[in-house]
Amino acid sequence: MPLLLKRRTVIPGFGLTFGLTMFYLSLVVLIPLSTVFLKTFSSTWPEFCDAAFSPQALAAYKLSLGASTVGALVNAVFGLVVAWVLVRCRFPGASVVDALVDLPFALPTAVAGIALTTIYSKNGWIGSLLSRFGIEAAFTPLGVTIALIFIGIPFVVRTVQPVIQELDREYEDAAASLGASRWQTFAKVILPTLWPALLTGFALAFARALGEYGSVVFISGNIPLKTEIAPLLIMKHLEEYDYEGATAVAVVMLAMSFALLLAINLLQRWSRRWQSP
Amino acid sequence: MNDSDMQRPPTVPGHPWGVALRTFARRRGAVVLRSWPWGRWILIAMALTFLAVFLVVPLVAVFVEAMKKGWAVYWAAVSEPAAWSAVKLTLLVAAIAVPLNLAFGIVASWCIAKFEFRGRNILLALIDIPFSVSPVISGLIFVLLFGAQSRLGPWLAAHDIKLLFAVPGIVLVTVFVTFPFVVRELIPVMEAQGREEEETALSLGASGWQTFLRVTLPNVKWGLLYGVILCNARAMGEFGAVSVVSGHIRGETNTLPLHVEILYNEYQFAAAFAVASLLALLALVTLVLKKSLEWKVRRALRAGQEREGGPSGVPA
Repeated sequence: MPLLLKRRTVIPGFGLTFGLTMFYLSLVVLIPLSTVFLKTFSSTWPEFCDAAFSPQALAAYKLSLGASTVGALVNAVFGLVVAWVLVRCRFPGASVVDALVDLPFALPTAVAGIALTTIYSKNGWIGSLLSRFGIEAAFTPLGVTIALIFIGIPFVVRTVQPVIQELDREYEDAAASLGASRWQTFAKVILPTLWPALLTGFALAFARALGEYGSVVFISGNIPLKTEIAPLLIMKHLEEYDYEGATAVAVVMLAMSFALLLAINLLQRWSRRWQSP
Repeated sequence: MNDSDMQRPPTVPGHPWGVALRTFARRRGAVVLRSWPWGRWILIAMALTFLAVFLVVPLVAVFVEAMKKGWAVYWAAVSEPAAWSAVKLTLLVAAIAVPLNLAFGIVASWCIAKFEFRGRNILLALIDIPFSVSPVISGLIFVLLFGAQSRLGPWLAAHDIKLLFAVPGIVLVTVFVTFPFVVRELIPVMEAQGREEEETALSLGASGWQTFLRVTLPNVKWGLLYGVILCNARAMGEFGAVSVVSGHIRGETNTLPLHVEILYNEYQFAAAFAVASLLALLALVTLVLKKSLEWKVRRALRAGQEREGGPSGVPA
């Protein structure tokens, strides 16, 4: 069974580049990653379950999943608004705003973490405002969610933006001229086209939030069973040299991220079919 | 293939950075919501408030906190030996990780973009893995691989090779974490260029190497630079993964983000933010370079389209 499907190309170097790619990929990614799964075999099934589903671990998954869901939802709503404004509205400084959207990618997570903690602590700029209403942000699940909103911002904006650019305005005009209200035009004409991209952006932001560490550790306060996220639990196990425990939690998290990766790929295949019938 | 397909290079699943590069489709005059002028301003206000609260305020806070105790404290924090050695280590790690992943990126994108082969999509998914793995897990796998409890551990100890809690470990995890950046940016650009130019060069007698250097490389140079910039930003800023394998030895295995963490945990807030402001500056430079590259690519594409009277290169 030949590996190459189209043999007719005259471009050389397939064997060489394919070989080098596989070699480097195995060396850097596949072999190191396989150690996690090999390590799980060194403990028995009950041992693995004890470590992977201890009350502390369950609380951590719950917080990670919950805060990531809320963070990604907030990003889905506001990301859509930001993307819409950037494509369809002209206002001074629009290109600066457009560039700034990528800040969470470019800013090291530790820097974001300490900045957010300072702002949202009781005597910080926003934290002092919130505490007047009796809301505590830093060192609570709300703080974790705020950090996860921050790091997820570019995902929804950057997946939805190109789709809005491709939207044909004639459909909106047609809908309006046929008597649709603004809301009807949005809900029945615009939103159905944006759904796949919006869902993909949501899933990407969610996946990133699930594994996030740097921006969360400072603002969460790391209280066991309350504000401890799953990656932090792995860190704690490592500090206690409990490699089996760290591996068990890591395997559960990897399973979740691979499931998400699969979902994202299926979503994108779906959205591509959606866009080019 | 319909019209909208030809305007856009093919999308890359799983990676949002790639999307940014192809957001230079036509921008039409903005007259949306023309029947409702207020709506437009409400939406703009919503978007700007959201971004101000979540992006601008933290960024400004870094610089304000850094300057809180005056220029002297700032300068002392930035110029102390531990900070200086953190800067040097961060630069060293990036100087090793980025070229490695650049070389891999060129090789892998040539293989993936210019040929059709079995398992191409699986290979793409495997390349994406580091993006979807938590930084802490990225560090953990190298601890499991080289730690004292691992199978390699005793052998490494016997030969006095120190990987973990030393510079080589930091380099290794950084290479892992930044692995997909360059490939992921190069593949869509190479696919958009198609194969015709290379095939023409080859049929005119150029060697494979000449074709690559004189035809392919000039065509993808901006995409390449774009990938390198993103890769570099992540390499210098990575925190979680590096934190697991570094061992936090001051002046020896501390990168800039780790140095920030240590200062912060010692309640030296002004100093922590002073060092953090260096990283924030790096982020701002990255954003400016990225934006100007996007303009460059857009202009190059437009010039190409005018020359050929259509979109340059149809994705295969």
